[in-house]
Amino acid sequence: MIIEQFDPLRGQIVQVIDEGGRTRADLEPRLSAAELQRIYSLMVLTRAADQKAVKLQRQGRLGTYAPGLGQEACQVGTAFAFQKEDWAFPYFRDLGLYLTLGYPLADYYLYWMGNEAGMRTPEGLNLFPLAIPVASQIPHSVGAGLGARLQKKPIAVVCTFGDGATSEGDFHEALNFAGVFRTPNVFVCYNNQWAISTPRSRQTASATIAQKALAYGFPGVAVDGNDVLAVLAVVREARERARRGDGPTLIEALTYRMGHHTTSDDASKYRPEAEVKEWEKKDPLLRFQATLKVKGLWNAEFEKDLQERAAREVEEAVSKAESVPPPAAEDMFVHTFKEMPPQLQEQLAALKGSPREGQS
Amino acid sequence: MIATMAQALNMALAQEMDRDPRVIVLGEDVAQDGGVFRITDGLLHKFGAERVLDTPLAESGIVGVSIGLAAFGLRPVAEIQFMGFIYPAFNQIVSHAARLRNRTRGRFTVPLVIRTPYGAGVRALEHHSESTEALFCQIPGLTVVVPSTPYEAKGLLASSIRSEDPVLFLEPSRLYRAEKQDIPEEPYELPLRRARLVREGRDLTLIAWGAMIPLAVKASETAEKAGHSVEILDLRTLAPLDEASVLASVKKTGRALIVQEAPRACGLAAELAALLAEKALLNLEAPVLRVTGEDITVPLSKSEDLYYINSEQVWRSIQRLMEF
Repeated sequence: MIIEQFDPLRGQIVQVIDEGGRTRADLEPRLSAAELQRIYSLMVLTRAADQKAVKLQRQGRLGTYAPGLGQEACQVGTAFAFQKEDWAFPYFRDLGLYLTLGYPLADYYLYWMGNEAGMRTPEGLNLFPLAIPVASQIPHSVGAGLGARLQKKPIAVVCTFGDGATSEGDFHEALNFAGVFRTPNVFVCYNNQWAISTPRSRQTASATIAQKALAYGFPGVAVDGNDVLAVLAVVREARERARRGDGPTLIEALTYRMGHHTTSDDASKYRPEAEVKEWEKKDPLLRFQATLKVKGLWNAEFEKDLQERAAREVEEAVSKAESVPPPAAEDMFVHTFKEMPPQLQEQLAALKGSPREGQS
Repeated sequence: MIATMAQALNMALAQEMDRDPRVIVLGEDVAQDGGVFRITDGLLHKFGAERVLDTPLAESGIVGVSIGLAAFGLRPVAEIQFMGFIYPAFNQIVSHAARLRNRTRGRFTVPLVIRTPYGAGVRALEHHSESTEALFCQIPGLTVVVPSTPYEAKGLLASSIRSEDPVLFLEPSRLYRAEKQDIPEEPYELPLRRARLVREGRDLTLIAWGAMIPLAVKASETAEKAGHSVEILDLRTLAPLDEASVLASVKKTGRALIVQEAPRACGLAAELAALLAEKALLNLEAPVLRVTGEDITVPLSKSEDLYYINSEQVWRSIQRLMEF
């Protein structure tokens, strides 16, 4: 058991991949060569898709966007530990989780382009729409966990959020519920050190975020969030704990938000360039690439092929999202209630005949 | 059987839990204690600890967790102990419960009922007497229901639990044990989004809901003796509003009086008055009048009688309208 070996109160952090890309055999998650390459390809795709979203925003083709550069190991490593029957409640900076769980990239772009249809999860995927009000999705994940427990379904529920979320009341209330009801939840905090301009030190006086779990009566563990194998190993174990009925786990994945908070933000205004440079050296993709090299699973040709495939996939998703016609007036109305009340029908009819129609 | 509103609500919960194994009850003190108003009394014994859950003392948590339960496939009925304590859950209600259907284009829905006692008139502590229903009536996607009799309470709660949309179910604490009524023992539903004609009349339409209904009835009886025929509409569902029933009645009588326990500014009465101004102006024989609470903080018990609307006040407004 990894989780019990690493005490957050003593500042211990789970790490599987060392500086040279070598892995710790006792902690390394069991994965086939194909799985290892698949994880890497998902990280490559996530980065390509994320950087494309930023470009599209700069070109006016996509709205304000929250980039995830630097967090690919957290996102892909977390999601890779889950199966189809599990449920996921992500926050707004989690493209890698979406892609790993099989969410169509075109839909993800569509949402950020300003069309709600992009947040309609395909049938068969238990993936909640990303939450923008910070920490507000954590209680939902506990509700799903409680539901699974009450209905005796052997599944796990994952919820992701940032370090800023741990200051919110909903974080506390949700983890407290999870502890009391021993729900099958896996809470993964991507501690990327910054909540817009507010550093981690201003969010909590706790030495770690992981240790907060102890107060709720369940384990917490800190993990190197730029080490995809460490994230996967710990999240996988937490998922098994949850499925076995051993209750929730809080995982603090230490990482760094390499980009701005959103495309509307300028991080140079509040954080030191030296800090960013320091974290650049810990790039999660380069780190995992080194591991694959050590294992003989990576070469320049493989990389070239991956990059080309990712670029193609991204371009296809962009064209698909951009070819979706703008929403009709009905689309804004019909999902307010199961059945539209007369006043909404009346308001819709009035809108359709108004000078606003045809403006989009 | 003869029942108070409290008993009628309890019966509705038990019957819905019997009918649908997905229905569960959760909240503070709802299990062993049966709720501070005893609305959930006996449910723990009947349905067990996996369907009747005492929760930690955390309103946002209760509603947030219920949203997850509902989206997962259960039909949670959450109790917020008093409406004065619902505000920590406001974000969950507004940002998630009410809009999840829309923001996922129907993929995830929240069939959740949030029950909470509300209103003044029971000499309660501070923060236990407010009527802030209007705060919730402007939230798209949220249904706000208020019963006014035991019969209504049972049928409306059953319909709310069966609704596919989130319902805020406001229970007038003043009416929990105010009257007993003979109600059917078997389960029944009453329609949401439909006002109830409490009594028919020709001269004036009195629109009210919740604990204002008994006052309206009393005032209408005084009016009857003075020769005025008053029609009373109980809104039952405050949002989305049954505009058709309101308009039909006022177009018939030509006069409208709205009685609202809540403060005046931006209350539901203002919305009703605007509706009548837009769609029934030419049918009106007199201005639309409102009897409402003042725009002040609900006082403690020593001032409650001074603060609380009474039937004499309602009767005087009827007179004003009839003499216009």
